[in-house]
Amino acid sequence: MYSDKVLDHFRNPRNMGEIPDADGVGTVGNPVCGDMMTIYIKVKDNRIADIKFKTFGCGAAIATSSMTTELAKGKTIEEAMKITREDVARDLGGLPPVKMHCSNLAADALHAAIKNYLEKGGKK
Amino acid sequence: MFLRSDEMRRVYLDHAAGRPVDGRVLETMLPYFTQKYGNPSMVHTPGNEAREAIETARGRVAKLIGASKKEEIIFTSGATESNNLALKGVALRNRDRGNHIITSSIEHMSVINVCKDLAKQGFEVTYLPVDRYGVVDVAALEKELTEKTVLVSIMYANGEIGTIEPIREISELVHDHGALLHVDAVAAAGQIPIDVEAEHIDLLSLSSNDIYGPRGVGALYIKTGTRIMPIIQGGGQERGLRSGTENLPGIVGMGKAAEIIAAEMETESRRLAKLRDKMIRGILESVPVSFLNGHPTNRLPNNVNVRFSYIEGESLILSLDMEGVACSSGSACTSKTLEPSHVLLATGLKHEEAHGSLLFTLGRQNNEEDVDYVLGLLPGIVRRLRVMSPLTPKELIGDV
Repeated sequence: MYSDKVLDHFRNPRNMGEIPDADGVGTVGNPVCGDMMTIYIKVKDNRIADIKFKTFGCGAAIATSSMTTELAKGKTIEEAMKITREDVARDLGGLPPVKMHCSNLAADALHAAIKNYLEKGGKK
Repeated sequence: MFLRSDEMRRVYLDHAAGRPVDGRVLETMLPYFTQKYGNPSMVHTPGNEAREAIETARGRVAKLIGASKKEEIIFTSGATESNNLALKGVALRNRDRGNHIITSSIEHMSVINVCKDLAKQGFEVTYLPVDRYGVVDVAALEKELTEKTVLVSIMYANGEIGTIEPIREISELVHDHGALLHVDAVAAAGQIPIDVEAEHIDLLSLSSNDIYGPRGVGALYIKTGTRIMPIIQGGGQERGLRSGTENLPGIVGMGKAAEIIAAEMETESRRLAKLRDKMIRGILESVPVSFLNGHPTNRLPNNVNVRFSYIEGESLILSLDMEGVACSSGSACTSKTLEPSHVLLATGLKHEEAHGSLLFTLGRQNNEEDVDYVLGLLPGIVRRLRVMSPLTPKELIGDV
């Protein structure tokens, strides 16, 4: 059902954890639906210098979180805002159709974290 | 390390979802594919041979559930068809007597969805609540029974949470009100003793695969004199109640499976109950914030259903699968409807609690080593996922 890439990210998630002094934090989803994730970013010279995630959810939710952090790390704020759910799914070698909507939320969490950073004043 | 996947220890703990066919059953079936292939409707020798084989199987299935007349068994394509036939066949045939059906909120979808369909056709359906352990509310049943109630359908035991229902009590109430009682015994048959006559059951559904027989076969017990009509029409096989040329090897297999499981039930159920209790105790002791789903004592001998807060079932299944363990969950992520298990929700669990459930169903090939293997893995797997989850309280995982 899942691609090898998804299983790899599920087994060895990249950038899992929290950033206590994060510049931006974004949370999407909720436990009632079964998927919820938080993304933390640290910004330096308009680039995402560090990024971490924490996820409650299925295999796809964890793998997309991990992949999203990998895609965003080192990108400028503008580039990171352009990362879509489709990009994440494609780089994971595809997701089962049913997972595209309910579990592929990490790009949204990333965007929420960036917005949170910008609202706090940005420029770092 | 560096184990090839075929060298990995494999522990199959999903017997509620599918079982292997017993080797002795397969052996018995084989000649009926290539040598004894007659059509039982025919009068020639191959036809007679086939008919005799089916009647032997019918007798064996009847014996498993305490039916003294083998003619009361109708073979179907599986338990889903048996449940369809029981509900539609009885409801539609008895429309002149009433249009009210009572069932429970934890039935299998092949009962619930048929009831929903009957509701569209003008029947009134009452779904009885269950308590936190999944026991059907008998007082509510008594209140809901009216002179318009034609059929009550309650499962013997729930295959997901393992809870055994008070069928005798239910049966008494149903018959006091002149209604018929259908019992879905798919999860219970072959695990705990069933006696359709002593328990006054009018109709009872069985699945072949759930007793280690082949898939694609099931049976419906229909007590003599029960008013019912067929839902599949054709050449009039199975006393006109289930047309279609008989699935000869399948029926022979189900019969053999029934005979074997009836003979071995007492010993095997005692063995499984021991493994079950060890597994439940082991999980609850070794994993913090873990809970048992279903009834603590009145429970199928092979059923272990637990839940872990702050994490989700599908990621638990994947993690266990990577270690060779196959099991199941009531999480929305593992269902086709994207809703968590209706059974767990009916017991009063919140969505997020149901998402974190894990179901292990033991079977014949499992032993104590299997249980120890899972008990060795589970605390680490749960902890790993909890460390990843934003919902886990800090004090539960400490500094990581």
